[in-house]
Amino acid sequence: MNIKVYVPGDAAALALGADAVAAAIATEASRRGIDLQLVRNGSRGMFWLEPLVEVSTPRGRIAYGPVAAPDVHGLFAAGCMGGGAHPLRLGVTEELPWLKRQQRLACRRIGVVDPRSLDDYLAHGGGEGLQRARGMAPAGIVRQVADSGLRGRGGAAFPTGIKWQTVLDTPATQKHIVCNADEGDSGTFSDRLLMEGDPFQLLEGMAIAGLAVGATRGYIYVRSEYPHAIAALNAALDGARDWLGDFRIEVRKGAGSYVCGEETALLESLEGRRGIVRAKPPLPAISGLFGQPTVINNVITFGSVPDILAQGAAAYRDLGSGRSRGTLPFQLAGNIRYGGLVEVPFGLRLRELLYGFGGGSRSGRPLRAVQVGGPLGAWLPASQFDTVLDYEAFAAIGAGLGHGGIVAFDDSVDMARQARYAMKFCAIESCGKCTPCRIGSTRGVEVIDRIRAGQTGQIGLLRSLCDTMTNGSLCAMGSMTPIPVLSALNHFPEDFV
Amino acid sequence: METLGAVLRIVAAKQTVPGALLPILHEIQEEFGYIPPESVPLIARELNLSRAEVHGVITYYHHFRQAPPGRHVVRVCCAEACQAVGGEALAEHARVRLEGSDLTLEPVYCLGLCAMGPALQIDERTLHAHVTPEKFDALIDALGADR
Repeated sequence: MNIKVYVPGDAAALALGADAVAAAIATEASRRGIDLQLVRNGSRGMFWLEPLVEVSTPRGRIAYGPVAAPDVHGLFAAGCMGGGAHPLRLGVTEELPWLKRQQRLACRRIGVVDPRSLDDYLAHGGGEGLQRARGMAPAGIVRQVADSGLRGRGGAAFPTGIKWQTVLDTPATQKHIVCNADEGDSGTFSDRLLMEGDPFQLLEGMAIAGLAVGATRGYIYVRSEYPHAIAALNAALDGARDWLGDFRIEVRKGAGSYVCGEETALLESLEGRRGIVRAKPPLPAISGLFGQPTVINNVITFGSVPDILAQGAAAYRDLGSGRSRGTLPFQLAGNIRYGGLVEVPFGLRLRELLYGFGGGSRSGRPLRAVQVGGPLGAWLPASQFDTVLDYEAFAAIGAGLGHGGIVAFDDSVDMARQARYAMKFCAIESCGKCTPCRIGSTRGVEVIDRIRAGQTGQIGLLRSLCDTMTNGSLCAMGSMTPIPVLSALNHFPEDFV
Repeated sequence: METLGAVLRIVAAKQTVPGALLPILHEIQEEFGYIPPESVPLIARELNLSRAEVHGVITYYHHFRQAPPGRHVVRVCCAEACQAVGGEALAEHARVRLEGSDLTLEPVYCLGLCAMGPALQIDERTLHAHVTPEKFDALIDALGADR
């Protein structure tokens, strides 16, 4: 009898010892003469349970976790290769409440399929969107994406259909599709999980974009901090060349620059230069990579497209809240008990994520401050935890959802220190092109240092500096750094005296 | 001479790729562990760039090194999600522990292991989560650090 056993090969699982678990399972199986097929799947995104081992049984996949290598002998002895009882047995994976309460679309196959197997991808419903797109006119594909209400998941939330329409309408000899996989925000990992756990879906979304706008070349720009994602994409591309037809995709490695997540800086970097932002206009959709019309979207944006084509725009648009349609893969991070990936339609309240899914802080102390949307996102106090998770509701309180990263801090946090870090990070990562960002960030660190040393009279100067950065910077790096600084100052003034 | 020969081979293989400079620099760094300064004029000549342009790119990106690293490179995450669970204390512990050793310590701003911090990476290969100072010391001991 051939038993299928899943041990994630995702970076998160590896960091928690998954390779040792996989090796122990292979050794134990061969010692017992058990014919076993080991699949290195992606992570289901329940990180407190990693390494999460799953065994396929007639009743479905049975999960055990968190499994350490020394547990493996006992798991075999207890008959777990047939789904047997054991203290680490969690039950049927799909029935675990944390997963069952989600509505996964972009992330539906992560952890389910073998990320190295195109056949497995196709067997799990992958490829239907591309197949459908191949029978459609370009304008029809763009209309589906526009009608779905999909907005850019990288953080800016720009309507994807409008971007694609612009590229479609701009004549050129060689248009490009660029995937922004420079997932630099702390507290975010949904792009990484998708690239490692279901890479074919990203390739499919890019190929559909190619058909939609008439582009035959694609690039995926992945940050150098993600070597496992780069390997997973390259392995997937090796097996996908025929399937992708005329559309050619190349993976490019970033080089440790946060600002390269800004689309024009990313294009500069792809062209072989310093990752310095360009002034807009022209928009990349008109003049992007190598001066050609370019669709540049985030991993999750492309990852959402195959489903929209396969199921139709209405199915996607029917989910969500207000003008935020569909789902967003939120990422629970930092000091949180049950951290991981939560893909749900827009409309939940932040509190439900933090406590309903997250279970409160990992330390057991009260949650005091939560940063939503990465290093340029606002700090929210407990009084704002009931904010509805959609783009407009967050904009209304001066915050943003960004890429969906949620970083929780308990009551030991010093918010003046976090404000200083926001300026410091901007100083480290500023591309240097505009003065408010390049100089303002360094002055910001100094001013906050003086405030922390007792010169509270400098708070007015800090506000004035933030005003200059907000209104005078060329891109989001400098113009949004004041958001974490001022939200920390406004919501937690007691930490600044 | 041997170095320049290898650099020339790398450049020749990638020269026609659109936007070739970053892929070339990555491959050189993978080969040597850093970008040897003597390779800069060569790269510039072959790509029809000025030396300043090549130097500008190498120095702009945190990832590229101009000098050989230590026996291993240890990257400790210093970003917010790891700060929330003791990342700063770990980074400080790492600084003290590795001072004067033959290992290279670098900050990294997010490894995408944000729900299991503090996190670190060794040699762009191995990842570790929930790293306490004690666990850090054990990892470093296992690398056979020469103090």
